Amino acid sequence: MIEAIGLGQTYSSGGRPLAVLKDIDLTIEAGGFVAIVGPSGSGKTTLLGLLAGLDEASSGTVSIDGVNLARLTEDERAKFRARHVGFVFQSFQLIPTLTARENVLVPMELLGDRNPNGAPIEARVVDLLDRVGLGDRLDHYPAQLSGGEQQRVALARAFANRPKILFADEPTGNLDAETGHHIIDLMVELNRDFATTLVLVTHDPELAARANRVVRLSSGKIIEDMRTDGA
Amino acid sequence: MSLRFALRHARREGRSSLRRIGLYMGAITFGVGALVAINSFRGNIITAIRSESRSLLGADLEIHSRRSFPDAVQAILDSAAAGGVPVSYVTTMPSMARSPKTELSRLVQLRALEGRFPYYGEIGTDPVGAWSRLSAGRVAVVDAAVIAQLDIEVGDIVQFGEVVFTIAGVITSSPGEVSFRSAIGPRVYIPAAYLEETGLIQFGSLVRYQAYLQIEDNQALQAFLNRYNKLFEDNRVGYDTVAEQVDDLTDAFENMTRFLGLVGLTALLLGGVGVASAIHVFINEKLNTVAVLRCLGATQRTVFTAYLLQAAALGFLGAAAGVVLGLAVQTTLPKVLGDFLPLEVSVSVDWLAVGAGLVIGVWVATVFALLPLLSIRDIPPLRALRRELEDTPRRATRSRVMAGGALLASVVAISLWQAPMPAMGWAFAGAIVGTVLLLWLTARLLMRITRRNFPRRARYVVRQGIANLFRPQNQTAAVIIALGFGTFLIATIYLVQRNLLEPFAIDTRAGAPNLFLFDIQEDQRDGVARLLRRNGAPPIRLTPLIPARISTINGRSVEEILSDSAGPFIPRWALRREYRHTYRDTLVGTEELVAGEWWDTTPGTGLPGVSVEEGLAEELHVGLGDRITWDVQGIPVEVEISSIRRVNWARFELNFFFVFEPRALESAPPTIIAFTRIDELQQRIAFQRDLVREFPNVSVADLGLLQQALESIIDKVTMGIRFMALFSIGSGIIVLLGAIATSRFHRIREGVLLKTLGATRRQIGQILFTEYFALGSLAGLTGILLAGIAGWGLVRFLFELNFHFPIAHFAALWLGVVALTTGIGLANGRDVLKKPPLAVIRELAE
Repeated sequence: MIEAIGLGQTYSSGGRPLAVLKDIDLTIEAGGFVAIVGPSGSGKTTLLGLLAGLDEASSGTVSIDGVNLARLTEDERAKFRARHVGFVFQSFQLIPTLTARENVLVPMELLGDRNPNGAPIEARVVDLLDRVGLGDRLDHYPAQLSGGEQQRVALARAFANRPKILFADEPTGNLDAETGHHIIDLMVELNRDFATTLVLVTHDPELAARANRVVRLSSGKIIEDMRTDGA
Repeated sequence: MSLRFALRHARREGRSSLRRIGLYMGAITFGVGALVAINSFRGNIITAIRSESRSLLGADLEIHSRRSFPDAVQAILDSAAAGGVPVSYVTTMPSMARSPKTELSRLVQLRALEGRFPYYGEIGTDPVGAWSRLSAGRVAVVDAAVIAQLDIEVGDIVQFGEVVFTIAGVITSSPGEVSFRSAIGPRVYIPAAYLEETGLIQFGSLVRYQAYLQIEDNQALQAFLNRYNKLFEDNRVGYDTVAEQVDDLTDAFENMTRFLGLVGLTALLLGGVGVASAIHVFINEKLNTVAVLRCLGATQRTVFTAYLLQAAALGFLGAAAGVVLGLAVQTTLPKVLGDFLPLEVSVSVDWLAVGAGLVIGVWVATVFALLPLLSIRDIPPLRALRRELEDTPRRATRSRVMAGGALLASVVAISLWQAPMPAMGWAFAGAIVGTVLLLWLTARLLMRITRRNFPRRARYVVRQGIANLFRPQNQTAAVIIALGFGTFLIATIYLVQRNLLEPFAIDTRAGAPNLFLFDIQEDQRDGVARLLRRNGAPPIRLTPLIPARISTINGRSVEEILSDSAGPFIPRWALRREYRHTYRDTLVGTEELVAGEWWDTTPGTGLPGVSVEEGLAEELHVGLGDRITWDVQGIPVEVEISSIRRVNWARFELNFFFVFEPRALESAPPTIIAFTRIDELQQRIAFQRDLVREFPNVSVADLGLLQQALESIIDKVTMGIRFMALFSIGSGIIVLLGAIATSRFHRIREGVLLKTLGATRRQIGQILFTEYFALGSLAGLTGILLAGIAGWGLVRFLFELNFHFPIAHFAALWLGVVALTTGIGLANGRDVLKKPPLAVIRELAE
């Protein structure tokens, strides 16, 4: 369970303080699929970053499963992310100098080779890449893959450590509609199979419609919190 | 921190890092190569000296004196010989060798040999066996230069004074002799039995007497020395043993190679600057990767370690390649330094030097990478989400300060390790750090100035090119440091070399002397003057020389002064040396009176006056009114210091520590020297021929030839330095290439964009040209200016010479640097210029 209380973020822009997020209270239950939507500059990505512990909030707290992220040091937050959190980015963010296989290996090796489900990690990597349909492109570099393929590698990487929570930032933003569909299907499917909590930032109404809860932001505030049936 | 992950990630990313910044590690290669080559060769030289120690001296003991051995010393030598100790004698003096066949004559170093010297090693001759014929009749064994300069052959005759000798052979090798010496005075060995006959040794001749003894048993040798040490000293006879010779030579070569190593070290440190700038750019490209790794849960230290390991591994590759390069270069060093080596040196690998090269290479790569790598720790994971996130300002954290400290400490430590003496190590480290710092400041200043005074009205291409100097991801600092440093090094070496040669440059103005006559006897004065007139030489001044030693100062004997530990320290050499004095009525052009008065020409009464050079007056702790008694060939002559002169020693002219009032020395027998000038080459040759025929004991040096010889020696001395400097230039070029290559990415991306927007190839070419032209000119100019300062300091204070700045040469150097930079820059951008935008975009995407 993710719990944000009184969350605010202020950046200084040109020497003046700029409040990007103001007094956000938000609770996300385990296993849920929450879409955060809103116009550009409404604070979506900032909220996502704070929920994932990528940055320190100016005010308020974020707790994940009762652990207050603000109480952790930067390194402790990193270790927490390695164990419990997965990421998918708009621009894929694969490491260009590593092959697909090596990219997926990174989070596992960061945990020091512990295998949550017992299988040797090499086999798990192959299995994951197989699941996203890239079983035959293990040793390709990101530059040798299409955008959709790169995002599928990123999905495999995100699920490598069976995270409790998956954060996704505009995962279809850089893809064409059809490829985007495939990626969403895959993500929802993996989310279900791994029983992950999925928090997703998007512009895409179609993608938002598949979530079972939509949080709408405007000017750094939650203006709507709507539960839907999802898809 | 997960070290295992760091290691694995370093290994995986290493593949592409090698491609990306591998070139930079080549800069480490040059530096390590230079150090390994010179340090390994040092090991070879020292091994050779130790294993051939006895043949370097040719005997176990050498005794030498400026005068023929005093009776007491001769008695010891005779009794040693009578007791079965082999003793040889060598008497050396400058003299004119004349060929009756070609009628040419030439100043040589005549050595008269008596005995079986050398007792160890042997003197190689062509034909073989010529050396042993030296004991059989009127034969001579000569340096090849003698044959060449007299235009004769083995088997021809050469004449000294009244005696002719048949040349039995040419010397091909002689252990213990440094070959460049013979450039000034080529050697001619003759049997001592005929020296007397030649009539060359006259009053005041510059003769060196040596005796060589073979006392194999070390204890016997020590006993001999202990017994006679005092007697030798009292008689002003010096001696050398094998052990001393080995120590002296080892020290000399240790110092020489360490100094050359220091020149090589500049290459390594320059390489370090290259590594730092490569890592800086490299990290800028890795911002996203690092941010993603941090998102995925890597700690700061893990990521930092992963990249530090990559830098160290690449440093190791660079250093390993450097070892290979160094060992290859080492095999050429006997040729480069051959003229200074007193013996054959065989090349072998010195593993200690190899190990040290590897360790230092990796260390330099790592420690220089440290500071730019630390910015990895400032990359926030949030960057993976927000590309537009501004760079967090760098903080002067404790780790940054520590990394900077480690860098400085490393530079100092390595300099001290390599330098011949600690002071030089400190000075070297200071100079390097100072130069790099000044270059860096210049680069910062340049960026500021161009940003402030941006030429807004200039044409678009010029504006764009100038703007490239200070925009983000610029290469200004790296290029200015690399180029400026390379230019600085070349220019400094050139400046020092030129200024060292300057005083020896024989004046080409009409009237300046080109011949130097010495060993003229009093009764030959008029004859020589007549001969000169006949050959069209202008009237000349004949300068009398009178050898003398100090016996007392203000009534205290030299021995008394030396044993007085309470008084001021006076160097031994100043008290005990044999001075050559002159007397005259007037000051000459290189002199200036700083205290006291010059004597007038009317004969005075009381003690005659003497004028002392100011530096020596300080050494001797004497001033106006002090009295010195001189031993002039056994006759005491007392004088009073009446003036103190400042002398410009840098002028290649005849100068004296002491100038006497004429009446003090007029009655003493002098030997006379003279400078003169004969313009015509043929007449000069004819004069020398006539002089040698008429006055065989008089020697004449052709100053033109002497100057050439000096030039060739200084050339050889600087050759080693220039050779080592080549490595730095190699490093500098790699750093330059690397700096330009790392910014290539941005330049190409930008060029393609401009092209897409409609820029012509010509315009893009002009933008690149403007940028590199500006970089090249400023870097070159800064390097030359810094070299001017460094060169001035060295010339003025270390060598104490007048400083000249050859503007025309440096203008050429500057243009060269500009052309090189612009050339490399344009060549690097040729992809943008030639190919269609789409092709380049694809290439970049891969």
